Amino acid sequence: MSAANTPAQPELVELTIDGHLVMVPKGANLIDVAQRHGHYIPRFCWHERMKPVGMCRMCLIEIEGVRGLPPACTTTVTPGMVVHTQESSPNARKAQEGVLEFLLINHPLDCPVCDRGGECPLQDHTIAHGPAESRFVEEKRHFAKPIPISHVVDLDRERCILCARCTRFADEIAGDPLISFFERGGHSQVLNYPDDPFSSYFSGNTVQICPVGALTARPYRFRARPWDLEKAETSCVTCAVQCRAELHSTTDQLVRLLGVDSDAVNHGWLCDKGRFGYEWVESPSRITSPMVRKTASDGTSELVEVSWPDALDAAAHGLQEVARLHQASSIGVLGGARGTNEDAYVWARFAKGVLGTDNVDCQLGDGLPAETVLGLPRATIADCDRARVVVLLAPDLKEELPVLYLRLKRAAQDLGVKIVEIGTGDTGLTHVAAATLRHLPGSAGDVAGRLVAAIGGTASGDADIDAAASLLGDGSDVVVVLGRPNLAEPADATVAAAAALATLPGVRFLSALRRSNVHGALDMGLAPGLLPGRVSLEQGRDSFAEAWGSVPASMGHDGTAMLRAAADGQLHGLVLLGADPMADFPDRALAERALASIGFTVVVDGFLSESAKRADVVLPPAVWGEKSGSATNIEGRVQRLTRRVTTAGRSMDDWRIAVELAARFGVDFDLETLDEVQAEISRLAPAYLGVDSHMINGSRDGVVVPLVPVTVTIGRRSPTAAVEADVSGDEAAGSAAGAAGSAAELSDEAPAARPALLTWDRSAPAVVPVARDSYAVRLVVARRLYDAGRVVAEGPSIVDLAPGPLLELNPSDLERLGVVDGGAVRASSSRGSGVFTARRVTGVPAGTARLAHNQPGDISDLVDVAEAVTDLRLESVATVATVGLAKGGAR
Amino acid sequence: MTLQETRLLTKRMNDRPADSWTMEAALATGAYETLRTALRMKPADVQEEVKTSGLRGRGGAGFPTGTKWSFLPAGLYPRYLVVNADEGEPSTFKDRELMERDPHQLIEGVAISAYAIESNTAFIYVRGEMAHAHDVLERALADARAQGFLGQNILGSGYDLDIVLHRGAGAYICGEETALLESLEGRRGMPRIRPPFPAIAGLYAKPTVVNNVETMATVPHIVGMGGAEYAKLGVNRSTGTRIFSLSGHVNRPGNYEVELGATFRDLIDDLGGGVTNGGTVKFFIPGGASSQWLVNEHLDVPLDMDEVGKLGVMLGSGAVMVFDQDTDPLAVAWRLVKFFAHESCGKCTPCREGTGWEEKILYRILHGQGRPSDLDLLLDIGDNISPGLNAPFSQTTICPLGPSSVSPIVSLNKYFRDDIIARCTPSLVTMLTGNGLAGNGLDGGLHR
Amino acid sequence: MFSSDNLQRAREIISRYPSSRSALLPLLHLAQDQDGWINDEAMTEIAGLLELTRADVYGTCSFYTMFKLEPVGTYVVSVCTNVTCLVTGGPAILHHLEKTYADDPDVFVEEVECLAACGGAPALQVNYEYHERLTPQSAEQIIDAYRSGQRTARRISGGPR
Ligand SMILES: Cc1cc2nc3c(=O)[nH]c(=O)nc-3n(C[C@H](O)[C@H](O)[C@H](O)COP(=O)(O)O)c2cc1C
Ligand code: SF4
Ligand code: FES
Repeated sequence: MSAANTPAQPELVELTIDGHLVMVPKGANLIDVAQRHGHYIPRFCWHERMKPVGMCRMCLIEIEGVRGLPPACTTTVTPGMVVHTQESSPNARKAQEGVLEFLLINHPLDCPVCDRGGECPLQDHTIAHGPAESRFVEEKRHFAKPIPISHVVDLDRERCILCARCTRFADEIAGDPLISFFERGGHSQVLNYPDDPFSSYFSGNTVQICPVGALTARPYRFRARPWDLEKAETSCVTCAVQCRAELHSTTDQLVRLLGVDSDAVNHGWLCDKGRFGYEWVESPSRITSPMVRKTASDGTSELVEVSWPDALDAAAHGLQEVARLHQASSIGVLGGARGTNEDAYVWARFAKGVLGTDNVDCQLGDGLPAETVLGLPRATIADCDRARVVVLLAPDLKEELPVLYLRLKRAAQDLGVKIVEIGTGDTGLTHVAAATLRHLPGSAGDVAGRLVAAIGGTASGDADIDAAASLLGDGSDVVVVLGRPNLAEPADATVAAAAALATLPGVRFLSALRRSNVHGALDMGLAPGLLPGRVSLEQGRDSFAEAWGSVPASMGHDGTAMLRAAADGQLHGLVLLGADPMADFPDRALAERALASIGFTVVVDGFLSESAKRADVVLPPAVWGEKSGSATNIEGRVQRLTRRVTTAGRSMDDWRIAVELAARFGVDFDLETLDEVQAEISRLAPAYLGVDSHMINGSRDGVVVPLVPVTVTIGRRSPTAAVEADVSGDEAAGSAAGAAGSAAELSDEAPAARPALLTWDRSAPAVVPVARDSYAVRLVVARRLYDAGRVVAEGPSIVDLAPGPLLELNPSDLERLGVVDGGAVRASSSRGSGVFTARRVTGVPAGTARLAHNQPGDISDLVDVAEAVTDLRLESVATVATVGLAKGGAR
Repeated sequence: MTLQETRLLTKRMNDRPADSWTMEAALATGAYETLRTALRMKPADVQEEVKTSGLRGRGGAGFPTGTKWSFLPAGLYPRYLVVNADEGEPSTFKDRELMERDPHQLIEGVAISAYAIESNTAFIYVRGEMAHAHDVLERALADARAQGFLGQNILGSGYDLDIVLHRGAGAYICGEETALLESLEGRRGMPRIRPPFPAIAGLYAKPTVVNNVETMATVPHIVGMGGAEYAKLGVNRSTGTRIFSLSGHVNRPGNYEVELGATFRDLIDDLGGGVTNGGTVKFFIPGGASSQWLVNEHLDVPLDMDEVGKLGVMLGSGAVMVFDQDTDPLAVAWRLVKFFAHESCGKCTPCREGTGWEEKILYRILHGQGRPSDLDLLLDIGDNISPGLNAPFSQTTICPLGPSSVSPIVSLNKYFRDDIIARCTPSLVTMLTGNGLAGNGLDGGLHR
Repeated sequence: MFSSDNLQRAREIISRYPSSRSALLPLLHLAQDQDGWINDEAMTEIAGLLELTRADVYGTCSFYTMFKLEPVGTYVVSVCTNVTCLVTGGPAILHHLEKTYADDPDVFVEEVECLAACGGAPALQVNYEYHERLTPQSAEQIIDAYRSGQRTARRISGGPR
């Protein structure tokens, strides 16, 4: 469980539990190994993902030769230990029954109205071993109940058994010690500081690990009885970590999401946005009927509900007209990172094989070039636990990939992994980083280049860089977490930095792109120049042309280029797959101009977003929870998604929409079921060879693709280069039990028969540093966990958590401006301006400003994607009245 | 022969009652001379003297001090010496007097001990309520620094030592050594799970020794006279002198330093001047509130840690509380249990919940609302906190505080069972007047 | 808020320890001596100085009986009723003082555990200064002596005046 740095077999020791001889790993925890060998010792405070505290005393046992009754949870096994649990020790049993009685004397008898009733360990133990009658005739302890300790969590102190799971989680795991024990002895209670709520991004986990009903989640309170719940294992797709989870529904409504402990991915944790983010699925503002724009006689037009056949006809006709009047390449397909792999695949096939356009991109100018993401040697999440050094070249993971943040924090704090952070300001991980390299926005490539040179022996002359270089040593055993730290500059500098770091020997990259299934969409070919299965257009041309009929002749535009082309009158038809460039694209003015210039727009979306409002046809898709399929996370792990509730209204799976549209172009995809789509992917997409429905549904933690381990050799891209079967059995590749067999099967096929996987030639654009004049501050636009995206905006429980239009500035810059924390500033760039609430943040270096992307109330227009960096002029705004926008500014 | 005090630790304060706490008085009576001697010895040799002396900790558990020091892992630095000056065990008041009246003896002891274990930083954790002791020590530390007995290169020896004075804030449990370390680290004073033991990972997870004030104050005398010489004092494995805090119904309560081996009767009659108002001893508590009790017939038991241990009691912190013939043992038991309930840190379920439950039952009995079954219920609750109800405690808890709460209950049962049961049987009067159990939700007792 | 003198003292205290968190109890004492109780601003300021959350500060603070989370007037009178004082008259003193000063906002009478003054039982403390061998009447006289200025009390958390 706890990852050693080497995956070598642990030494075994022999011990006796209740008369049975067992062999267990040396140094193992007794309560854990006893359970693994069928001797369940009751417990409340012990949790396998946290350090033992031995507080509840429920797990008392007897060990021959040891005085008294030690708790199993704090006992480390030693060779020859003879253990008696409650099964064979009357003393242990009596002590445990005593503890149970102690826990119950002050516990309220409100089980019938308790959310935990029916799935409560205290209840279960009491039924199994508890006293039938209470010997306690005194007055019970009373507290006001329940009290809110955060936006989503309620606390009932009378039910609390003080096991400290929640407080330890907050402190040890989340790093947000905002709840604590107050007072002592029989008056002890868990609380937050008055007016300082438990506003951790991870608060919901405490509800899940509370062994009783003391902590409850407000969105779930009184909504279901556990025995009525229908459950299905799935993945959370709020971000691209895709934590394993169990989705619960009752009477065809989603009611909660629980984390599932996957060693590979999330250790059982979820972030609150993911945990409580299911509410949007049932949002009343969802549109569940197809709509088509109808123009009235007076020239005004509006979207009106129509039947599916009419809507599909309209969409197909419109696109055909664009192709007829212009050409296939004047159509663009933008989005698709929010669906399943199957959705992405069929849409890629429709776009590239039927429409014939390569203007396809699942990223909205906010990610990285597909070949950088797919063409570098990949690391798994668990590799970060075993790495010597993890280099962060990424946005704040706490904000964008929260559970990966937990994982890296643990790696740094408990596993001795050194973190080197390259970035423009403090992030959630800065406090655990061993070295921090600060740079101005736009200069990441320069810093990384000097770092790599320093590793190579060329002292940089910069103490921080040299210190980081010495941590990196010879550069071996390094994982680089690679994302897009700043939306106010193009990806170029980050790409240049990645190119430099890619020269380190044996380096591997973990992608930190955020949008839920962006990796699945990229893998399925929703990017310019790509075909499904991580192959380039050239590499896959022959096989896909054969399977699909045709593929585009040359590489098309990416998202930014598409919008630019649209604005320039070069793109006439657009399909938006769940994408909302009006809100989500970093350059607002460009998005606005683009959408205004497009002749014909089809939007596949469940909500009437700003972009959808301008569409000609709107097609409502089934969403997460309503459909099955698979998705691929940041490490390339393909995991299943499970349907739990009926599809809302007349919504339809995205991939079926594509099949239907293709039919209207006279192409029969011959795809009737999900299994058939998965079978086609597993047959055609090289990186997904063998990953069929059987494998996806049969492996507990999913499978990392490609199943056959590949050693990606970085060099000039060439059709013949690159895929080498590595039979050394690197466990990075096949974590699923079934994977090994399939891999063997696959390797029978001649590798030459398949297109080679993409590699990146590291051709990074040259980035010329732009001087910043001393009156300006350089802008970083980055995401916050809570924003104006639909998961938050349509989730009543979390909608208030978005911080609003905040501009974070160094105290010295605020002072220079004469603005106090919380005051108003006007920020102007060469593009436009906006008024923001200024926030004093020491972790933002002087000369830099950090703006939260896509926040409610922010209507500013600052970023021009054509510029290498965005510099801002700031001025104090006298009247607070003009700020009106900063809704969540208080947080 | 009447018992006389053997004054080592209490000599200076008795010789110069007016100013024993000053540097002037200390220097005039030989303070810091032993430090000078010790600094010329090898640390290991100083340790050896302490080991030879047979000194056992005066904080309650009686663990051999030299042995405790020897647990420090070789070669690991920094290490810390922490002095437990949290004295909170009811009826124990010797450490307070040692600090208020002879701070330099303590400081010298700390300096020698820190040198012996090769520590350069020591902490004295003074009970928060002892504001005067804190001030006296603060002043004394400043004086000692000024004289070069502390700080850099002490007395030219090349040895550096800093002593940090730290105030607690009202929590008996912080006398437990790992709770004390937690508290010293700025946390809630909750005992730690062992292992690791403080010697391996104590303060700031560094090797640490925790010793009581009296233990530390004894060290200069041991090193001064030599461990072997010291070991000649006292009896058996209870070497040396100990300060007994004598209180309760005696004519001359106070701290008395005696050689171990004298009897309780000697202590009470010869030094304490006998029971007040010519009364007799009904029962007494020999080793602080945590100990089980003894009664009149045990007065001739010697003050020897091992001898009293055979009776299931302990010398503990060296407090002897005497109660006369008119004392209500139930009231004493209730008050002691109330103390433990109040001071439970709340970490372990049996202690947190059990002490409060015990207290409620005893309170009920004390106020005439007991049920005949209550005493056995109390014993069973006690058994779930301290299985077997024996001393030394077996425990379902992390530290011995919870089990300590069982001592008064076991003692009540042992010596006063019939009396308590009788008080739990409601009289006709209380039943008729309704001033009994009926109507209080407690009528279960009536139907048994 | 710490006065500038006390802020300087606070920084000096922090510097004594290998880990700043160790200064938590001393700083709370300092704040209580200054303000008479531990108020919200003090906890916030101390949390800032030690880089702790306020929940952490409050949680720790509320473990210890000496820290008062509400104003307690000028004099904290701590009367021991533990066993030695119990059998020598402590409860009578407690009840007498509780009654006498029930309506006096200056005097806060509390029952406490053994003060390590059993040799002089029954005992009490006024702002952590000991008084021993008392009767209800002599106890009242002592408190009145403080109130009339005949005696100078320590600070509320026991710090020297
Ligand atoms: C609940 C509890 C309270 C204690 N209180 C004190 C105390 O006030 N003073 C003390 O020196 N030891 C106290 N101890 C004992 C300490 O844990 C520890 O054994 C002692 O300080 C070691 O010092 P010594 O070896 O010099 O005796 C207490 C133990 C427990 C379990
Ligand atoms: S026995 Fe009581 S005081 Fe000791 S650790 Fe457990 S709860 Fe705390
Ligand atoms: S599970 Fe072992 S003490 Fe709580």
